[in-house]
Amino acid sequence: MHPILSTVIQRLGLGLLTLFIVSIIIFSSLEFLPGDFGQAVLGQAALPETVEAFRRELGLDRPPIERYFMWIGNVLQGDLGTAFSGRNASGVDRSREVWSMIEPRLMNTLFLASMTAIIAVPLSLFLGITAALYRNSIYDRVVNSTTLTTISFPEFFVAYILILVFSTYFKVFPSLANISDDTALGEKIYRSALPAIALTMVIVAHMMRMTRAAIINLLASPYIEMAELKGVSKSQIILRHALPNAWAPIVNVIAFNLAYLVVGVVVVEVVFVYPGLGQLMVDAVTSRDIPVVQGCALIFAGTYILLNLFADVISIITNPRLLHPR
Amino acid sequence: MSDNNKEILLEMRDVRIDGYSDDRWHEIIKGVDLTLRRGEILGLIGESGAGKSTLGLAAMGFARPGCKISSGSIKFDGMELTDMSEKDQRNLRGSRICYVAQSAAASFNPAHRLLEQTVEATVQYKLQSENDAKQDARALYKDLQLPDPENIGDRYPHQVSGGQLQRVMTAMAMSSRPDLIIFDEPTTALDVTTQVEVLAAMREIVEKFNTAAIYITHDLAVVAQMADTIKVLRYGETVEDAPTRAMLSDPQEDYTKSLWAVRSIEKQAAPSDDIVLEVRGVDASYGGSVKVLRDVNIKVPRGRTVAVVGESGSGKSTTARSITGLLPPSKGEILFNGQPLPAALKNRTKEQLQRIQMIYQMADTAMNPRHTVRDIIGRPLQFYLGLSGTALDRKVLDLLQLIELDESFMDRLPAELSGGQKQRICIARALAAEPELIICDEVTSALDQIVQEGILKLLLRLQEELGITYIFITHDIATVRAISDEIVVMFQGKVIEQGSKEAIMAPPYPEYTELLLSSVPEMDPDWLTNLLAQRAS
Amino acid sequence: MSDSNNNQSTNYTAAGEVTLVKARRSFLENLIRTLKSAPPTAWFGMVVIAAYLFVALFAPLLAPHGEAEVFPLAYAPWSDEFILGTDALGRDVFSRLIYGARNTIGIAVATTLLAFIIGGSLGVIAAISRNWMDQVLSRFVDVLMAIPSLIFALMLLSIFGANAINLIFIIAVLDATRVFRLTRAVALNVVVMDYVEAARLRGEGLGWVMRKEILPNIMPPLVAEFGLRFCFVFLTIAALSFLGVGIQPPTADWGSMVRENAGLIQFAEYDLTAALTPMIPAAAIALLTVAVNFVVDWFLHKTSGLRDE
Repeated sequence: MHPILSTVIQRLGLGLLTLFIVSIIIFSSLEFLPGDFGQAVLGQAALPETVEAFRRELGLDRPPIERYFMWIGNVLQGDLGTAFSGRNASGVDRSREVWSMIEPRLMNTLFLASMTAIIAVPLSLFLGITAALYRNSIYDRVVNSTTLTTISFPEFFVAYILILVFSTYFKVFPSLANISDDTALGEKIYRSALPAIALTMVIVAHMMRMTRAAIINLLASPYIEMAELKGVSKSQIILRHALPNAWAPIVNVIAFNLAYLVVGVVVVEVVFVYPGLGQLMVDAVTSRDIPVVQGCALIFAGTYILLNLFADVISIITNPRLLHPR
Repeated sequence: MSDNNKEILLEMRDVRIDGYSDDRWHEIIKGVDLTLRRGEILGLIGESGAGKSTLGLAAMGFARPGCKISSGSIKFDGMELTDMSEKDQRNLRGSRICYVAQSAAASFNPAHRLLEQTVEATVQYKLQSENDAKQDARALYKDLQLPDPENIGDRYPHQVSGGQLQRVMTAMAMSSRPDLIIFDEPTTALDVTTQVEVLAAMREIVEKFNTAAIYITHDLAVVAQMADTIKVLRYGETVEDAPTRAMLSDPQEDYTKSLWAVRSIEKQAAPSDDIVLEVRGVDASYGGSVKVLRDVNIKVPRGRTVAVVGESGSGKSTTARSITGLLPPSKGEILFNGQPLPAALKNRTKEQLQRIQMIYQMADTAMNPRHTVRDIIGRPLQFYLGLSGTALDRKVLDLLQLIELDESFMDRLPAELSGGQKQRICIARALAAEPELIICDEVTSALDQIVQEGILKLLLRLQEELGITYIFITHDIATVRAISDEIVVMFQGKVIEQGSKEAIMAPPYPEYTELLLSSVPEMDPDWLTNLLAQRAS
Repeated sequence: MSDSNNNQSTNYTAAGEVTLVKARRSFLENLIRTLKSAPPTAWFGMVVIAAYLFVALFAPLLAPHGEAEVFPLAYAPWSDEFILGTDALGRDVFSRLIYGARNTIGIAVATTLLAFIIGGSLGVIAAISRNWMDQVLSRFVDVLMAIPSLIFALMLLSIFGANAINLIFIIAVLDATRVFRLTRAVALNVVVMDYVEAARLRGEGLGWVMRKEILPNIMPPLVAEFGLRFCFVFLTIAALSFLGVGIQPPTADWGSMVRENAGLIQFAEYDLTAALTPMIPAAAIALLTVAVNFVVDWFLHKTSGLRDE
């Protein structure tokens, strides 16, 4: 078999294994709950029979391993279980399917994340590469210290500064990103502008710094010096000699930062009351609605793992040593 | 031979180059003059830090990041490089002046085929059409005796060996038919047997196209084969300039003579039957099924030096690791004073560990940079002999005097010592344990010649005074001549032969020993020519 | 060519070999020299950090009012008595800001220390032993790092409940994974050094090798990492507190103060100072992080420069 294929398959296998172990960790969070949590969910007035029925519904009367496989089987079919909220002591169950709560929120979050990525990725690659090429110039120093400052800012600080300036002082954008399914696309973009800008500022700072470091590292290779000594022009050095070797580090930087976006989105959504997955998760954590937390964690972690996996695969298939084995 | 009637191609006058380190600029080339005529080869020789590469690059008008050409004149074919625009300078590189780097593996771009990289500059300058340039490159590959010259260019750098890459790089430099090629230690990273082939190929092609060259190296014997004239450089200054033959037969400066100092020591070998260590039928591997050592047998007589010679990958260092217990043999045993030693380090007693000590190639990494000389030498005294307080201090001082250093060194850190002093401290640390056997792993190969001589003399004196036995691992035949009583030749994990120095160094040789010994360059400008003639016949 | 070079080749002595002996200086002299050469950004960082530490240590002496003291005046405007006004419950914002320094910084420092104790020691042990334990620890860390730490922290907080102690332990364990990776990587670079092998050949025990041979040589990168990890932990805790699942009331904490007063931003048109009230604790967080980053940047530059010598 071609070594690329076997390396990629190996890497995919490892990714699947990681997903599997992560799913076990997320599943077992239920195991760590205190024994009387049924009471806590249903309220002190709940009858022992109601609590018992609730425990049976969660399958707590069966061994954990069996329960895990039932759970993961359901998850694979898109069934993330039923939320804790909406139940009460009387046994009347108004709880909702976790998936039905997550789905619309997930779409909103994906919308925000892609909007951010579309602005942030090209911008930071441009800034990072130019800063690396004009290293130690005034431009480089300004970009560098600006980004060093930005990464030191908590996300909510960046977000509130934007609200203060662009929403309450100059009324350019709305401070509450109030969107729903039937909002028109243009309106959606307008209302999501501030959260997207806030996220962009945070991501660009990280991504630009990492891109710059990766390019500088690359430009220090002896084969770049050799190209200079062959009289190759600056633009050709970049295009012919640096770029073909730069894919792996650049894709890694992008994937790492898109994964970081997953985290940043939680805080920014809360600030702008954006109806996304992060907001849902924080609410669920506050009310200790474990199935919803599990569902959200699974989706966030899965995205994160897949993005990193994708970057790994790209760096494998662009590696000349693997592309052209001995 | 230098011919004063030829046109001058390169002329450097009072060139000064500054390097930036430790927060300020230092002068690293301090006013060097250099003249090179068309078709001539100049050997630029000097030890580490002499500024050879910096000067070589300056001949292209190039300074590495962190360096700058501060003054002086560099005239190439009548053009003043220091006055030229960046663009005009660049247009000379790769067309009229080319460069061959030391590390071929790192200097080729891993993403492109060799042929494309070979013709890149030629095609860029439109000196030839791409097809013609490629055809020409294949011819050059053939001239350079590369295997399968028609197709080797379609390979990627990681697909060919180091010696082949070095020749491809020479073809790359030659592709544009430059007036001048700078060879920057092109064979330093190669084994001696490969070095001969590469040297021969390079010399032939440079002669064929009558290209002028600057050949940079630290090895006088190598440069003697290549150069018409030699310039000796030290601390960024010229020590001596002379035609090659005159330089070798009648060097004027003491420093030049010291460049082959090691070759002046020759130990009178003495046989002995009192065996202190015996390696018996040892196999070893680093996990997996590939054996690094196969049935290795070595006998080490007491109070003598056994030199283990071989090229990289021959298993000589692995043998040392097996003896010390770092890599327990998978088969066979190691006898010390007739008693079998436990295979693994952790099963050996403190007393057994104390008897065998080790000295490393890189004294830099063999000493903890955060410990003072007192800590470094004192620790074995404390650990094995239980000394402390003034007794410990006195013993450390004794050891310092034994290695010809004084008490002013007691509280220095390794960073405050020179290369030779560091290696001496390592020797003192080994001596502190009062060992019977010291394993020396390439202990002189990272040092300058004159320092090597000092270390070797010290080791010989210590052997005479204290009766210590050495196992001396090296790839350098001059060092073997200087220090050994017995020689073990290793190749591909096997012992080819063991015997007294006289027996091994004299014919008849087994095939590999012959190849190894004959490949070591000698201080004779005709050595390579004679060798090639001999091998051809 | 100079005469001194000549002499050397003729009368070679080991002791006379040319060396770059640096002038020996005491620790204090070195410190003063280093500080003198510090760039303005680093100075700025150090002054800010010192000021924060001062406020954190002497909070009760500096604060005009108590940490949780409630006045019958909710959302009071900025005044002489309530320098930054009061919050929704009528607590003095300025006093809470001062107490917040103590709580927020204290918890972040404790968490970072704990993360370094766990991750650092395991990392060094893994690097030395290079056996199954290294394998198990490394794979375990890989899996933990496959989940974004804020998400993991949220999940664990939902199970164990949000309070300061749980917060410290959860963040410390999650952050220890990063410390483990770094410590293991830098320790591995030291473990392969010949002097470590020499110590093993001498028969030295694991403890000695760890303390005397490895630890002194991995300190500079670890110190820099401590600064960076502190920033990360500090921002994570601030984010969690801001989300309402971190440090719980009535403990004064900058992250929660932003959350509690965030509504005031809407009044920017009418009273800009009120809108600034939630921004001040956020700015306090940012300023400290910027300051630490500046100092770490300088330190990294300094130590990497030393390595090039």
